[in-house]
Amino acid sequence: MDTTLKINGEERVLQADPRTSLLDALRHHLGLTGSKKGCDHGQCGACTVIVNGRRINSCLTLACMHDGDEITTVEGLGTPEALSPMQQAFVTHDGYQCGYCTPGQICSATAMLEEVAQGWPSHASADLSGGMELTDAEISERMSGNLCRCAAYPNIVDAIRDAAGKGER
Amino acid sequence: MTAHMKMDSPDERNRLDHMAQGSVGAPLDRPEGKLKVSGRATYANEDHPEGTLHGVLVRAPVGAGKVRDVGRADVMALEGVRAVITDPRLLRNPAQGTADAAPIQGCDEIAYLGQPVALVVAESFEQARHGAQALRLTIDGGAAAIDPEADDAEIERPEKKQSSQGDLDSAMSQAAYTVDQTYHTAPNSSAAMEPHASVARWDGDMLELRGSYQMLNYNINELADSLGIDAEQIHLLSPYVGGGFGSKLGIAPEAVAAAIAAKELGVPVSVAMTRQQVFEATMRRSETRQRVRLAADAEGKLTGIGHEARVSQLPGESFSEPVTQATPFLYAGAHRVIGHEIARVNRTCAGSVRAPGEAVGLAVLEVAMDELSEAAGIDPVELRLRNIPERDPTKDIPFSSHVLAQALTEGAERFGWSERSKRPGTVREGEWMIGMGMASAVRSNIMQEAAARVTLQPGGRAVVETDMTDIGTGTYAVLTQIASEMLGLPMDRVETRLGDSAFPRGSGSGGSWGAGSNGTSVFLACEELRRQIAGRIGCDEAEMTLKDGTVTAGNVRRDLSELLDTPLSAVGQGEPGDTYKSHRQATYGSYFAEVAVNSVTGETRVRRMLGVFGAGRILNPKTARSQCIGGMTFGIGIALTEEIVHDMRDGHVVNRDLAEYHLPVNADVPQIDVMLLDERDPYSNPLQAKGIGELGICGAAGAIGNAIYNACGVRVRSFPMTLDTILEGLGD
Repeated sequence: MDTTLKINGEERVLQADPRTSLLDALRHHLGLTGSKKGCDHGQCGACTVIVNGRRINSCLTLACMHDGDEITTVEGLGTPEALSPMQQAFVTHDGYQCGYCTPGQICSATAMLEEVAQGWPSHASADLSGGMELTDAEISERMSGNLCRCAAYPNIVDAIRDAAGKGER
Repeated sequence: MTAHMKMDSPDERNRLDHMAQGSVGAPLDRPEGKLKVSGRATYANEDHPEGTLHGVLVRAPVGAGKVRDVGRADVMALEGVRAVITDPRLLRNPAQGTADAAPIQGCDEIAYLGQPVALVVAESFEQARHGAQALRLTIDGGAAAIDPEADDAEIERPEKKQSSQGDLDSAMSQAAYTVDQTYHTAPNSSAAMEPHASVARWDGDMLELRGSYQMLNYNINELADSLGIDAEQIHLLSPYVGGGFGSKLGIAPEAVAAAIAAKELGVPVSVAMTRQQVFEATMRRSETRQRVRLAADAEGKLTGIGHEARVSQLPGESFSEPVTQATPFLYAGAHRVIGHEIARVNRTCAGSVRAPGEAVGLAVLEVAMDELSEAAGIDPVELRLRNIPERDPTKDIPFSSHVLAQALTEGAERFGWSERSKRPGTVREGEWMIGMGMASAVRSNIMQEAAARVTLQPGGRAVVETDMTDIGTGTYAVLTQIASEMLGLPMDRVETRLGDSAFPRGSGSGGSWGAGSNGTSVFLACEELRRQIAGRIGCDEAEMTLKDGTVTAGNVRRDLSELLDTPLSAVGQGEPGDTYKSHRQATYGSYFAEVAVNSVTGETRVRRMLGVFGAGRILNPKTARSQCIGGMTFGIGIALTEEIVHDMRDGHVVNRDLAEYHLPVNADVPQIDVMLLDERDPYSNPLQAKGIGELGICGAAGAIGNAIYNACGVRVRSFPMTLDTILEGLGD
C-alpha cells in the first residue's frame, strides 16, 4: 500500500507491506539507516525519531499509520559537514562509543529539550506545573528510555547540558 | 616492506614521549564520530545489495531432543517465502572467541532451548517473520539437564584448572582471622545494542559477508570451516560494530545461515537476529558459585587464599568462565587453593562476556576481603595495602609494573574515604541508609600477534589499514593518533580503515588486547616509514623530527610531501615474546562507591562512584575514560540488576528482552568519576600501553556490594543484590 511521509523535509511515497514498522520502512525501504533496530519492541530507544515534533519509538508504530506525518530522523538533524549543536556536543563529550544507540539518543535529546522548554514535568521534577531546572537528574530521568550498553550516560548528560547551553557543572 | 618485532625484551625507549606531534596522550575526539552522530556510519544490516532477501531464524522450543520434521511445504506455500533452510552446516551455537574453527554444527540435535534449527527466507522481512512463526516443528523430546546444582548434574573437574600451593587447611586453622563463605553470581548477557546480523552475497565461489564481528582474523577461518570452503574465498566486512562485549567474538549462527541461503538461492540474503534470539542463541556469562576462604594473621596479612568455583556450560564446549583468573597473583599468601568445576547443562552457550573471569570472580573475592576487613577490624583500603605482593606469589616472577597501592591511596583521598562511617548502618538521610564501599581492580594484560599497513601518500597523507575492528573501544581514534604522532601529521591527514578482511590481519577486539597489539603494528610500520624518510634526506631516523607534515633534521627542513612522488608503504607486525613469561603483566586500579539503600523498599541507588586505573600509557584519555565508565556501569548492572533467569523446567531464558533483563539506564548511573594514572609498562609493548577495555568492570560490583553492607549492615552474598535480597536481611 502507498503511504506519503514527509521525511526530513522531503515528501516520500512508501510502497510497503502494511505490517512494515516505521523503523523498517526507514531502514529498508527509504535508505535511511541512521535509525537503529536494537530490540524491535520499544524497549531500547535506538529507533527514536521525531514525528510531528514528538519523539517516538519508530519500531512500535506501523509506517502506514503515518500518512502525511512529518518525520525527522538523525539524518535530518545534521550532516557530517554540518552537525546540529546536539550532534556536535555528542562528539565533543564522547557521548557514545559503538555509536549504535547514538542516533536514537540524539533524536531523543533534541525532542526532550523541547519538552522541557514547554514545561512538561518528569518524575525528577520538583514541581509539576513546569519551569523546571535542567539538572543532571532531569536529563537522566528523561533520557532513561534510551539504553546505551557502552554506558556513555555521564557523557550523554554532559553533551546535553552543553547543547542546552548549561555550561560546565 | 615489513617491520617485524617479537616482544622478547622490555622497550624502555618510550619513543612516543619523544615525538613532536602531540596526538598520543591527547583527549581527542573520535575521527569517525561525525559519521556516528549523523547516522552515516553503516553497521552490519545497513547495506543491502539490490534484490536482497530476508531470512529469519527459527528456534528450538525445547531444551533437548531431535527435530523430525519442519513442515516445510506449508511454509513454502506462504506468500513471498523462497526457502526453508535446514542444513547440517548451520551452527548449534556461536564459535568461542579465538576458536579459529567451526563450533558444533547441525540443526537436528537440540542442545538448548532457543537453538536455531531452521532459516525461513522470503522476499520481505515481514513475510520471512511470518513464515518463521508458522513453521511447525515435529520434535522427539529428550531429557534436558538444566540445573547446574542438581544432585545428578554431570560435573567435570579439569585437572589443568585446579591448583594448590602449601596447606590451606592448616593456614585456616592457625589464622587469627578467617573468612569461609560461599557466594553466587547470576548469568549475564553482553546485550550489545546492535543485534547480530549478517548480509551474505556470492559472486561465483566468492562470498562477501557483511557482519557485526569483533575478530575478523579468526572469524574468516571459522566461517570458512563452517561452510566447507577456503578462507581465500571469503571477504568479511565489519567497519562498524554496534557493541560486542564478547558476544561477537566468534562466528554466530546468523552468518552461516545467511551464507548458506544466499548460495542456495543465488541472491543476497540478510539475516538479523531478534533481541530475543540474541539472548537465547548467542552467548551468556555463566552463573557462578564461589567458595572463598581467606586466612590472615593478627596484622591482617593473608596467609592463605582458597577460591573454588562452579560454572556451567553446554556439552561439547571447552570454554568455561575463568572465575579465579586473578586470584593466583592479586594478593600475597603462601597457601593457596584454586578449584574449578563445570556442570554440563542444556542452557544457552556460555562464552566470554566483558572481562570473563574477573568481572564476577574478583567482585566476589573483593566482598570476601571486605568481610575479612570487618572481622579483623582493619580498614578495607589498609587491608589491601598490606597484602600487595612483591612478586607474583604463584609463579614467583616479577611484575612488569604495579600501581595498585597508588590507585588505592589516591582513590581514597580523592573520594573522601576517610569520611566513611566504620560502623555499618549508622548514616541515615530520612528513609535512606548511606554507605561507602571499595574494591581493588585487576585484569591480566595480553598481547596478540597483529599486523597493519601504513601508507604515506604523495600528498602527505597517511592511510592505516588492518582488519582490526572498532567495537566502540576507540580503535579508529588510537590507531590514527599513533600514526599521526609517529609520522608528524595532523589527525585530519591520517585515515584509518578497519574491519575489512582484505587488510593485514590484526588482533581482533577482545581480551583488552586491541589497542596494545594493533597499536604496536601501526607503530612498527611507522618506524619503518620514518627510516625510509630519513634515508631520503640522508639523516639518522632518531635525529629527525616530524611535525605538521614537515621533516626537520639538523639544518634540513623539508615538506614531507616533497619527499614522496609515489606512495610509500610499510607493514608492521608484532607478536608476544619472552616478556610475557618473564613478567606478570596486569593492569590495576581501585573503585570507591557511595550508595543509598532504602530502608522501606530495599532499593539501592549508586550516588557516587570513582574508578582509579593504571593501564600503562594512556593513548587517548577521552576514549579511555569512556571505556572505564562503561566497565563500571557493567559493574553496577552485575551488582544490582542484571540476571538471566532460566526456567528450571526446560532452561528457557525467561527474561529474553531488554524490558526484563535490566541493563542500567541513564538514571541508574551517576556522573562517574575516573582517574587515570600516568604509567609506562616497558614489558607490554613498544607503546608501553596496556589494555583498558575490561579493567573498569573487574571487581566493580564488589565495591557496590561492600557499600551496601556499610550502608545497611546486610551482607548479601549473591549478585545481583536485588531489593528482595536486601529486605530479607533488614528484617523488620
